[in-house]
Amino acid sequence: MSAKEVKVYSTPTCPWCKKVKKFLDDNGIKYQDFNVAEDRAAREEMMSKSHQLAVPTTFIDGEVVVGFNETQLKEKLGL
Amino acid sequence: MTAAVYAVRKRINTLLLSKDFGGQVITTAGIENYMGYQYIEGFELMQKFEEQVKQFPIEQRIGQGVVALSRLDAGFEVRTDNGERYQAKAVIIATGKRPRQLNVPGEDRLRARGVTYCAVCDGPLFAGMKVAVIGGGNSALEAMGDMVNIAEHVYMVSLTPLTGDQILIDKAKNASNLTIFLEHEVIEVEGSSQVEGITIRDLKTSQEKKLEVAGVFIEIGLIPNSELAKGVTKLNKYGEIEVNCACETEIPGLFAAGDVTNIPEKQIVVAAGEGAKAALQAHRYLQRL
Repeated sequence: MSAKEVKVYSTPTCPWCKKVKKFLDDNGIKYQDFNVAEDRAAREEMMSKSHQLAVPTTFIDGEVVVGFNETQLKEKLGL
Repeated sequence: MTAAVYAVRKRINTLLLSKDFGGQVITTAGIENYMGYQYIEGFELMQKFEEQVKQFPIEQRIGQGVVALSRLDAGFEVRTDNGERYQAKAVIIATGKRPRQLNVPGEDRLRARGVTYCAVCDGPLFAGMKVAVIGGGNSALEAMGDMVNIAEHVYMVSLTPLTGDQILIDKAKNASNLTIFLEHEVIEVEGSSQVEGITIRDLKTSQEKKLEVAGVFIEIGLIPNSELAKGVTKLNKYGEIEVNCACETEIPGLFAAGDVTNIPEKQIVVAAGEGAKAALQAHRYLQRL
């Protein structure tokens, strides 16, 4: 089982964010979820670390995946 | 997904190849015209489709987009974006459509840095900021409708008069933090690491104007994901794969279904029905071999 640190930056309206979170749930991956629509500090953190302004943005041990990309998520999670 | 379900129920050895599950439908907020559901969110409907696919023994490669299709002596070979190759006696292309790009300087470079094609996803990131919505159809008007409630100011830029539904247009005209530029084109998206503004040009006077915005929502329609079929079978002037009413292309064994084709009416219920038709036709074709 992966012990990587996973952070998901999402908005409540975003379907691809739900896909990412469902994918992580289905694979038993624990993650921290930040609602960047309301949490301005998290929004700034997402932008400063990824230089991206788009959701979902997922950090896996600091590596960034923008959007729902199952191949990249699996690769970075070692699934 | 419907084609895969129909194919496997005919005991066809079926492989489902897709970049993802859900396509355009997943970002559709609410659906009230897919029979069986008085109201359902696009995400939820696609979850149900996906669950239904997964209850059948369909071999799947999700996360792999097909980038090339070629004909073999007895069938076809497809190549995916990770270099995998698969061979089949029959192929159904049901790749749908994707958002159209403006194709202006700065757009690609600033994608996901203020340029977005998914207003429902990224809209809330721009709360309290100035944004531009590009387009004049329903998707653009819906994006504008959402953004006037949360953005400081919304500029709407359309090449044509607004073409969306009147109810959305009426809503547009009443917002106090909205400026509409009709018959204007976007000529550049500006910014170093994030979007800082756009330059627009009046189509009548050629006068240019800079708008200071942090977000650019591009909602100018869709283009078919038909590149893999180019040079293999006939596409129409919109790039859609030409099929007959049985979902057959001009190449025996090659079928296409849904929004990627020239069928009239791009609707979820129509596309699902076309998927079913294509699979049943592919079954007939395979039986004849």
